[in-house]
Amino acid sequence: MRYFARRLGFYAFTLWAAITINFFIPRLIPGNAVDSLIEQRRGEVDSKAVESLNILFGLDKHQSLPSQYWHYLVQLSHGDLGISFGNFPEPVTTVLSSALPWTLGLIGTTTILSFLIGTLLGVFAGWKRGTWVDGLLPATSFLSSIPYFWLGLIAVAWLAGPLGLPTSGGYTVGNIPGWNIAGDILQHMILPALTIIVTSIGGWLLSMRNMMVTVTAEDYITVAHAKGLSGARVMTKYAARNALLPSVSGFGMALGLVVGGTFLVEQVFSLPGVGLQLINAISGHDYPLIQGIFLVVTIAVLAANFLADLAYMVLDPRTRKEG
Amino acid sequence: MKFRFRLPSVKVTVGLAVLIVFTFVAFFGASLAPFDPSARSNDILQSPSAKHLFGTTHLGQDIFSQILVGTRSVMFVGFAAGILATVIAVIIGVTSGYLTGFGGEAVATLSNVFIVIPALPLIVIVTNVIPNSGDWAIAVVIGCTSWAWGARLLRAQTLSLRNRDFVQAAKAGGESTWRIVAVEILPNLTAIIASSFIGTVMFAVMTEIALAYVGVSGISEWNWGEVLFWAQGQQALAIGAWWWFVPAGLCIALLGTALALVNFGIDEIVNPRLRGGSKAVIRYPDGRKARMRLGFTPVLTPRTEEAGRGGR
Repeated sequence: MRYFARRLGFYAFTLWAAITINFFIPRLIPGNAVDSLIEQRRGEVDSKAVESLNILFGLDKHQSLPSQYWHYLVQLSHGDLGISFGNFPEPVTTVLSSALPWTLGLIGTTTILSFLIGTLLGVFAGWKRGTWVDGLLPATSFLSSIPYFWLGLIAVAWLAGPLGLPTSGGYTVGNIPGWNIAGDILQHMILPALTIIVTSIGGWLLSMRNMMVTVTAEDYITVAHAKGLSGARVMTKYAARNALLPSVSGFGMALGLVVGGTFLVEQVFSLPGVGLQLINAISGHDYPLIQGIFLVVTIAVLAANFLADLAYMVLDPRTRKEG
Repeated sequence: MKFRFRLPSVKVTVGLAVLIVFTFVAFFGASLAPFDPSARSNDILQSPSAKHLFGTTHLGQDIFSQILVGTRSVMFVGFAAGILATVIAVIIGVTSGYLTGFGGEAVATLSNVFIVIPALPLIVIVTNVIPNSGDWAIAVVIGCTSWAWGARLLRAQTLSLRNRDFVQAAKAGGESTWRIVAVEILPNLTAIIASSFIGTVMFAVMTEIALAYVGVSGISEWNWGEVLFWAQGQQALAIGAWWWFVPAGLCIALLGTALALVNFGIDEIVNPRLRGGSKAVIRYPDGRKARMRLGFTPVLTPRTEEAGRGGR
């Protein structure tokens, strides 16, 4: 339980750090970029929304920094992230809540799939080391060196047509909600998911392979062989289980990186997720939306990390030892 | 620790060779380029030919020249950010590993926070704040946000080195902390520092290209991401102009693979178990042969005739 409590404390601290970064960065924006945007919309924005933007971006210069910070925290605790300029006059939270399911679905599925496939292949590559399998390793690092978005564009141009798969949207516009919509979404997700899986599998494969190689030289593997256990059993129950630990603890950490790549894939396939929103927000100087996305993505990554920690506790009894 | 000089493996040699070529192009690409990368011409959207090796854009710009000239920016940001991040990682990783008590823990927590916070959105926000960010600014931003992985690895290794006998001996001998860190600890971290440097260079290159592709802030110099940005903006693939688009992507993948290949070599120094290349079949004194499986202790099965005779 002590491990559990420590991790929770760490996440609380990280969340606070992210919120604080989010507080200070807009205060560095030179000039009154936000001010002028509010000015343009002066007539349409109601005074309450203006006030909330003032708090988010520190435009109220009469307040001291600590008091600005306090107001900022109070406002965040109410779930108010301001209004989006790009999707005027929708609040940022509304924009995000419609975009988030797409991104969570895409990242969740692809990360778990590529982790499972990559790790499984890594177990074999580590076990069969010194054979022809080693020759495939440079190929996997070539695949993982390809930028996600580039592969996505290639897939759109050269795969979508022959396979008869849709290249954009996430769903067919004007589709009647019902059972067929699930199949429709699935069909739209195949190419984006495939792109991410192909480019991210190599990393998992390599780290698992290297851990397997390290673990197979341990004494307990030799003992297991000497006991006459079958090769498959030694491979899965003795070597792979121990080799898996660093990969699992790296899983949550890697998510922060995966998120960035996925955002660009969303843009390529014009999937209406958080990444596409972020890229549109950047080109439209939609500062409240950019800030909101950063905050929400950080929270999502922290939550995923927490789940990875739970998995780690199940796999490694040593973390549970203290009771 | 003593390294015996070994000829680098094929993988490392190939990786280094590709890196050297790219470095050469980074220095001399601008003078090698047959055309001005921004100059327009009447050869609009031409497929690759002897005159335009990688074809031309919608404005008649020579893509081969854009790639050559753009190499400098990519390599500069990659290596500058890599050096900056590695310096920060060494300082933070080694101090947090070597210092005991609250200070060490606090610095370690700080680096974990930086690992967990998604880097690309943060970099996007920060570059958005800086007006007219050129290559220098991008490199500094990437460097300042990507040191955490390296710091974590270095801390773990320093923690394990701290209690080794040779460090204890140096302490007992009255060496100053600075000297112990510089002379006893740092040399033992060389391989990890190198591998985290290469990892950061890869990350920085990918990030810079992503930023240019998305069109974040005024990146004025040509780089591969910029080429892709224009290609995407003009729907290059939809109109069948694959040449606009394939070379830049392949260059990125090639550079990434070269860095990864060099990293394979470094990994083998850090973890000798990853090395291959010992004899697969060994001969026992009684003439029997056993197949060695790399990484496993070979178990010699009893002679079959003896087992068949059934002595016991």
